[in-house]
Amino acid sequence: MSLSLEHYLILSAALFSIGLYGALTKRSAIVILMSIELMLNASNISLVAFSRYIVPTLLTGQVFTIFSIAVAAAEATVGLAIIMAIYRSHETIDATKVDLMKW
Amino acid sequence: METVIPNALVWLIFLLPILSFAVIAFFVRPFLNKPRLSGYISISAIFSSFILSIWVLISLLSAPSHELVIPNFSWLIIEGGVSIHFGLLINSLTVVMLIVVTLVSLMVQLYSQGYMHGDPGYHRYYAYMSLFTASMLGLVMVDNLLLMFVFWEMVGLCSYLLIGFWFHRSAAASAAKKAFVVTRIGDFGFLGAILLLLSQTGTLDIAQLHSLAIAGTLAGTVLTLAALGIFLGAVGKSAQFPLHVWLPDAMEGPTPVSALIHAATMVAAGVFLVGRMFPLFEHSQTALLTVAIIGGLTAVLAATMGLVMPDIKRVLAYSTISQLGYMMLGLATGGIAVGMFHLFNHAFFKALLFLGAGSVNHATGTFDMRQMGGLRKVMPWTYATFLIASLSIAGIWPLAGFWSKDEILLSSIHNQPILFYLAMATVFMTAFYMFRVVFLTFGGQYRGSSGGSHSSRPHESPSVMTMPMVVLAVLAIGSGWINITGGFNQFLGHGETHSFTEGFFGILAHPLPWVSLILAGAGILLAYAIYSARWLSAEQITRLFAPLHLLFSRKYWFDELYENIIVKIILLKGLFAGVKLFDSKLIDGGINTFFIENVLFRRFFSSLKLFDDKGVDGAVNGVADSTIATGRVLSKTQTGQLQLYGVFIILGILAISLTLFFSS
Repeated sequence: MSLSLEHYLILSAALFSIGLYGALTKRSAIVILMSIELMLNASNISLVAFSRYIVPTLLTGQVFTIFSIAVAAAEATVGLAIIMAIYRSHETIDATKVDLMKW
Repeated sequence: METVIPNALVWLIFLLPILSFAVIAFFVRPFLNKPRLSGYISISAIFSSFILSIWVLISLLSAPSHELVIPNFSWLIIEGGVSIHFGLLINSLTVVMLIVVTLVSLMVQLYSQGYMHGDPGYHRYYAYMSLFTASMLGLVMVDNLLLMFVFWEMVGLCSYLLIGFWFHRSAAASAAKKAFVVTRIGDFGFLGAILLLLSQTGTLDIAQLHSLAIAGTLAGTVLTLAALGIFLGAVGKSAQFPLHVWLPDAMEGPTPVSALIHAATMVAAGVFLVGRMFPLFEHSQTALLTVAIIGGLTAVLAATMGLVMPDIKRVLAYSTISQLGYMMLGLATGGIAVGMFHLFNHAFFKALLFLGAGSVNHATGTFDMRQMGGLRKVMPWTYATFLIASLSIAGIWPLAGFWSKDEILLSSIHNQPILFYLAMATVFMTAFYMFRVVFLTFGGQYRGSSGGSHSSRPHESPSVMTMPMVVLAVLAIGSGWINITGGFNQFLGHGETHSFTEGFFGILAHPLPWVSLILAGAGILLAYAIYSARWLSAEQITRLFAPLHLLFSRKYWFDELYENIIVKIILLKGLFAGVKLFDSKLIDGGINTFFIENVLFRRFFSSLKLFDDKGVDGAVNGVADSTIATGRVLSKTQTGQLQLYGVFIILGILAISLTLFFSS
C-alpha cells in the first residue's frame, strides 16, 4: 500500500500524544524535556507531511521544520539550564517536588 | 329712653362686671400702681349694671306677662341628645334679684373704698368683688340649670376667695375651706337633681321644666327627688340646717364681704333657686313640706345660737341663717312672692347691719361686744342706721321687715301651724338678740381699752362708708312699702290668697300683726332690761339657764359632730386604708405575677431570640463559611505543580476545539 497524508498525520498525532502524556505525567524533569522534544518532533513530521502532500513544489513545510529544529535545540538548552538551576536550589529534579507557586 | 331695653344691653348686665374683673386682674393689678383705680373700675361697672337693671325693670313693667324674651344662642348641641343653649330668662323674679344684687353690691363696694383703704390686697379685693357680682348676676339671669350650676359654682368660688381674703390668717383659710366643702355637699344634691332631670326629661331649660311640671308629665318620685336635690343645693348655699356650719366661720372674711355675700346675695341664691324652680316644688308636696320644716327649724335653731354670741358678726351670721330659714318657710307656705319679698327686704337691712358692724370695727378694732359700749355718742350715723336696721329686722311697723315678716307669719299660720309657733318664737328671739347687740355696742359706757385703726378714741367712719349705710337705711325703712297693696306679690305673678292688701294703716286692723309687734316689743324690752337698764343681770340669767346657754354657745356641738365624724371618716379611712392595702396587694401582686408571666413570656422571647440568633447569624455566617469552604476547595487546584497546570491547559484546548469542531 502507498502511504498517504493520513498515515503521517496519525503518526504525528500518536507521537504528540505520547509526548504530551510524558510531559504531564513523568516525574523526572529530564524526561519531561525529552517528552517536549518528542512533541516538537511530532509537529515537525506533520509539517513536512503537509508540505509534501499538499504543496510539494513549495518546500514551505521543510524549511519551517529546519527552523523548528533549531528552536527546539535552543529551547532544550534553556530548559536544561533551568533544570540545573532548580537542582541547585531544590536538590531534586522531581517535578512534583517543585510546588512553591501555590496557595 | 325707649321703654324696652335692647337685648344686647341685657347681656351687658353681667358682662360688664366680668370685664371689670378682667381689667383689674390682668391690667391694673400687675402693671398699674394706682390703688384706687380698681375700686373706680369695679364701682363704675356695677353702677352701669344697676342702671341697666333699672331699665330692665321698666321694660318688664310694660312687657306682656312680665317677661322679656331674649334670643339665645346654641352652646352645646349633641345630635339626637341634649342641646344646651346659652340664654337668658328675664322675668319678674330675675329683675327683683338684679335690683337687689346690683344695688347692694354698689353700696358695699362704695363702702369698701373706705373699709379696705390701705389694705395691700386692694386690687385683688375689687377683682374678686367684680367676679362675684358677675357670677351672681349670671346666676339669676340664665335660663337653663346647667349654666345656672356653672354660675352657682363660680359664686361659691368667689365666696371661698373672699372669705379667705386674708389667707395668711389660718382661721380665715380654714373658714374658706370649710365654706367651700360644706356648700359642695349641697352642690352634690343640686348636680344629682340636674342629672336626674336631664335623664328623665331630656331638657334642662327652666321654662320647659316648668311646663313639664305644671302639665304633670314630670311628677311623682322623679319630681320629688329632683326637687329635693335642688333644695339640698339651696340648703348648702343658704346655710340651712344641717349645712349651716360654714356661715358663722365665714365671718373671718372682710366685713363688706360678709355684708354682700353672706347676707344679701350669695346666701340668697339658695332661696332664689327654690323660687326659680318653684313649679317643681309646688307639684311635690313632700318637697314643699321638707322646705317648710327645714326652714322653720333653721329659723329657730339659729336664733337660739344668736342669743349668746359675744361677737357682733357671729350674731349677725346666725341672724342671717335664721332669716333665711324664714324665707324658706315663706316660700313653702306662701309661694314665691312671700319668700322673695322677705329676701328683698332682708338684703337691705342685713347688709346695713353688717356695714354697721364693719364701721364699729373700723372705730374700735374689735368685733367683741364685751369690749364696746357707748358708741352712740361718738358714731351717730352708724348708730342711727344700725338702729333703723335693727328695728326693721325685728319687724317693727312701719319699717320694711314688718311687712315681709307678717306675710310669712300669715302664710304659715294657714299652712303649717306648728311652724307658725316656731316662727313666732323666732320673732321674739330676733328682736331680743338684735337689741342685745344694739345695747351692748352702742349703749352704756365704753368698755374698750384703746381705739381702732386710726386714733386712740373711737370715732365716726368717713362718709364714703356712712353714705352707703344711709342709702341702705332709707331702703330698710321703705323697701317694704312696695307691697302695701299687694303690688309686689302681683308683680311676681303670685296673687296669693293669703296676703295683706289693706295698706299702710289698714294692716293694723288685723290681729296677727299686733301679736308679732307685741312679741317683738317684748324682746326689745327684755334686751333693754338686761343690757341697758340692768334690771336683770345677764350673769344670773346665764347661770339660771346654764345648760341651755351651754347648748347655744357651743352651737349644739354641730362642729364637733361633723369633725368627729370626719375623724370617724378617718377611721373610715381605716376602711380606705384597708381598701388601699387590698388594692396594692392585688394590683402589685397582679403586676408581679404578670411580670412573672413576662418572665415566662421572656422564655418565649428568649426562644425567639434563640431562633433569631441561630437563624439569622447562621445564614449570614453560613454564606461566609460556604464561600470560604468553596475557596478552600478551589485553592486545592493551586498545587504549584506545573504538570497539573499543563493538564488543565490541554483539557481546555480540547474543550475549545471540540466545541468549534461540533458547532461549525
